[in-house]
Amino acid sequence: MTKSGIIHFFLFFVYAIAQVLLLKNLVLFNTAFCFLYVMFILLLPVETNNLLLMLLGFLLGFTIDIFYDSLGLHAMALVAVGYLRNYWLGVITPQGGYDSGLPPTLASNGLQWFLVYTIPLLFLHHFILFFVEAAGFSRFGFTLIKVMMSLLFTLTVVLILQYFSLERKR
Amino acid sequence: MERLFKFVYKYRAFFTFLLLQLFCAWLVVENNQYQSTRYFNSSNQIAASIISTSQGIKEYFSLRDINKDLASENASLRKKLDDTNQIIEEIKLAQVKNLAIINRFDYISAKVINNSTSQYKNFITINKGLDYGLAPGMAVISQQGAIGKVKSVSDHHAVLISLLNIDDHVSSKIKRTGHFGTVQWDGSDPRLIDLRYIPRHVSPLVGDTIVTSGYNAVFPEGILIGVIKEVKLSEESPFHQIKVELAQDFGKLAFVEVVKSNLRAEQDSVEVITKGIQK
Repeated sequence: MTKSGIIHFFLFFVYAIAQVLLLKNLVLFNTAFCFLYVMFILLLPVETNNLLLMLLGFLLGFTIDIFYDSLGLHAMALVAVGYLRNYWLGVITPQGGYDSGLPPTLASNGLQWFLVYTIPLLFLHHFILFFVEAAGFSRFGFTLIKVMMSLLFTLTVVLILQYFSLERKR
Repeated sequence: MERLFKFVYKYRAFFTFLLLQLFCAWLVVENNQYQSTRYFNSSNQIAASIISTSQGIKEYFSLRDINKDLASENASLRKKLDDTNQIIEEIKLAQVKNLAIINRFDYISAKVINNSTSQYKNFITINKGLDYGLAPGMAVISQQGAIGKVKSVSDHHAVLISLLNIDDHVSSKIKRTGHFGTVQWDGSDPRLIDLRYIPRHVSPLVGDTIVTSGYNAVFPEGILIGVIKEVKLSEESPFHQIKVELAQDFGKLAFVEVVKSNLRAEQDSVEVITKGIQK
């Protein structure tokens, strides 16, 4: 196992534990959730294999599901993110391509690119998660509010964390 | 045949995606079945021990409230005991002989270790399980009112379906008028719950008490659910739209009691026999 592999192995547990012990209790206005664990999939190195992404997405989602008592729900949303991530990365390749072996972070590609990268995938994840949980579109308005508020909250936390790691590297 | 394999191999990512999604969808549907004994939920040993450690730390911050609640419950129980003692003194227990009726319900106290109020399908995890004789389908109440039903049990823990779960229905009635309806959550505000199927000719008032009806043998009769906060009756609707303010604040749940109904099997079997003859 490479050094990056070992780091990501530990990150898997860090994200899972942070989600179920800390962020699960952090719900603002009863609508805004923070699903930081999605970033585990989004911040894996650029050339990570599609199959591996989906498998890791399934494992992490399943772990989260056990604690949320929502078997299959988070796994489903995260597998979808894992499947589409590489295609999306291909679509929005910056000029000069990606640095090989590095995760697609804010530090390496800039704020604008990072937002274009994360917002659609986070939106997709939240959309699948909340609408499958609501079992259809019967509560469309309230569910959409939940999706948007959670997107805003998660994105804020993600950006704060990204800027923290930016400071450290300089 | 070879071309088929090549085709599958070429689109292996997509097929894996499809397979995983179908598997997840199956899990979601399976998990929605009401009564089930499962391993992969928060009542499994590892998950429950992690959660209860975390809950142990959180509890320090609400000890004052918990103590206050328990003390007031003690006081009210002591008062009830006194009342009952006086009544027994008067009637000398002459009429009441059927022990089965007296011991109809057993109560098992349990601690809440995991709880949520903001999802559409909220579940509560408690720290008693098979070792105390819990089984799926039992009712759970707290000092303030109804909480939910047991969904699945492991050796030492159990997962409850909270009243705040869009799939949960509880048969209930308006205490003042005695009319029956069904209580179900609409998924938005964790302090309000809907009372449905109260027909037009009934006139429920704001402030009326809603209690469980005891019709389905899960909940004992007369367990408090809440108080009517808002009544609406549109022109064409056959039923009132009633919002009930819950008596129990689900955000502050600490201790609950599981109700073991000893006569449940009997009531159910009688009902099944009767309904069978009707056909």
